[in-house]
Amino acid sequence: MRYFLRRLAQVVFLLIGVSILTFLFSTLAPGNYFDEMKLNPQISPETVASLRAQYQLDRPILVRYAGWVNSIAHGEMGFSFAYNSPVAPLLRVRARNTLLLTVTATLIAWALALALGIWSATSLGRLPDRAISWATSALLVIPDLVLALGLLILAVRSGWFPTGGLVSVGFESLSPLNKLRDVAMHMTLPVVALVLSALPILVRHVRAAVSEVLDAPFLRAAAGHGIPRRRLLYRYALRAAANPLISLFGFSVGALLSGSLLVEVVTSWPGLGPLLVEAILARDLYVVIGGVLLSTVFLVGGNFLADMMLYWADPRIRTEPGGR
Amino acid sequence: MRRRRLIIWLTALAALHAVIVCAGFFAPYDPVEQDRQRPYLPPMRIRMVDVHGQFHLRPFFYALHLREGSFDEFQESTDNTVPLRFFVSGSRYRLLGVAPCRWHLFGADGARVYLLGSDGYGRDLFSRILYGGQISLLAGLLGAGLTVFLGAVLGTAAGYYGGWRDELLMRAAELFLALPWLYLLFALRAFLPLAVSPLEAFLLVILVFSAVGWARPARLVRGVVLSVKERDFVRAARGFGATNSYLLRRHILPETSSVLLTQAAILAPQFVLAEMTLSFLGLGVPEPTPSWGNLLANLQQYNVLVSYWWMYAPAVAIVPFFLGYLFLASSLQESADAYKTR
Repeated sequence: MRYFLRRLAQVVFLLIGVSILTFLFSTLAPGNYFDEMKLNPQISPETVASLRAQYQLDRPILVRYAGWVNSIAHGEMGFSFAYNSPVAPLLRVRARNTLLLTVTATLIAWALALALGIWSATSLGRLPDRAISWATSALLVIPDLVLALGLLILAVRSGWFPTGGLVSVGFESLSPLNKLRDVAMHMTLPVVALVLSALPILVRHVRAAVSEVLDAPFLRAAAGHGIPRRRLLYRYALRAAANPLISLFGFSVGALLSGSLLVEVVTSWPGLGPLLVEAILARDLYVVIGGVLLSTVFLVGGNFLADMMLYWADPRIRTEPGGR
Repeated sequence: MRRRRLIIWLTALAALHAVIVCAGFFAPYDPVEQDRQRPYLPPMRIRMVDVHGQFHLRPFFYALHLREGSFDEFQESTDNTVPLRFFVSGSRYRLLGVAPCRWHLFGADGARVYLLGSDGYGRDLFSRILYGGQISLLAGLLGAGLTVFLGAVLGTAAGYYGGWRDELLMRAAELFLALPWLYLLFALRAFLPLAVSPLEAFLLVILVFSAVGWARPARLVRGVVLSVKERDFVRAARGFGATNSYLLRRHILPETSSVLLTQAAILAPQFVLAEMTLSFLGLGVPEPTPSWGNLLANLQQYNVLVSYWWMYAPAVAIVPFFLGYLFLASSLQESADAYKTR
């Protein structure tokens, strides 16, 4: 319990640190949302100045930071100039879509990686292992941008999957089952792109971890005692191999979040990625800060989850005095 | 055997880079030269046999013209052949950025040859891919070089001097390693100026890369320095009165070289990809200067995606480079491991 509280405190400090850093950087940034208006002869300089004053862009950074923290307390997270609305509701919808994508992709990628990695590790040097190694190397040299674009072209030209957006036109009139199907069809393309880009590294690590454990003396001894292979593999080997893999899980959440940023833009999935890119291009300050902060929360959440799983799976951590 | 593999990959990579470095010679046209009459021209077929079944010794192609009653479909005009000519004199360029030159590997008289089709302004995609590679690869290599340099300096400082420097640098490195790199890249890029010239954008992108990527090489270098500085020959040298700077220069930094090389080979393709990502999203090198990223940005328009598949060519062009770098990195790693266990 103490262990979790300590971790939680670390997380809170990290978030405060990231928010202060992003704010600091934002004051160093040249230009703001209203600079574009200065070029427009129909908008007087006084109007621009008063707009800036209205959104407190002319105030010192400490005042702005205090105002921003205050608006978080009201559940707003600042104000988006481009959307003319508080940031939090904007982010909420986008974050839901991003989470839908990354959580699905994480689950599928890990399920596939475990299956393929174990298969590869139990057939070291033989045909399945060699085929899987070849496939992962091939996937590794294809960057995710190229992969996502290629899949998109394939989908557009073949018409197998809908491209772009979350749902079809007329979604509201569909029955609940068809609604589910519709979203699933729209998700296919980005999820496949994400899974394929994450898969090679995961498979390699699973293979390495499992084959190392299979080679360990205690498992050889167990095999010598005549314990069946299947039981050996799933009961003993996987448990022992879990530790490095669970740490990798936390890492893979970060990688998938990064990847989804790009994949979302490419497949026009209405998640955080496109919102963040638009906000950067428009200098929509608080949306950028909110987006960066929110993705840090997801990332830290993923790592936290990995820590909890590690705590549950590995008795060595539990018995360490005072946690880690 | 291992050494031979390393040499093979190095030569292959060097050859690929040579083509990009001499883009002016291999590209038939200037990358920004427009031909508004021929937007989105499909790749031309280079033929040896004409429509009458007659064999030609010199490869040729048919010029394309708009199909009757269409505004975007092109047709080969088969009444006269346009032979490909080699080592022709064409548009001016500067070989290696200095020597003015007019020689091109190939070209054609009478009609322009589009090996990989043209883009929306009728610019030759093949030439643009070659020239775009100069920007993307240079960004990747300079970025990797700067990052590795930064990593070496910071890692050595942390490992050799220890104390508070070590604490501070390694905590910062952990933070940078924990955050996903694309978000970091975005966050940094978000707060730098948007409207910049291509050159400024290019330098900016490189700076952002090294600010994001220094952590991993720094940690590896620190580990090497920590172990080397306790080795007997270093202690002996210190006993003879060697100064810190002499020890670092003569005994410690050379030991880190294999780590640094491997890291550079790993980082270079990553940074090429990072440049492509930024330019693809409109945050990197702007038009009309070609880079692999902003060439692909055309595909963000739906009609391009549906109708003009050859705009995907830049994506295919980069795969051999990634293959080369990946295998170079793994051979370097292997030979470093072999050296260690020897």
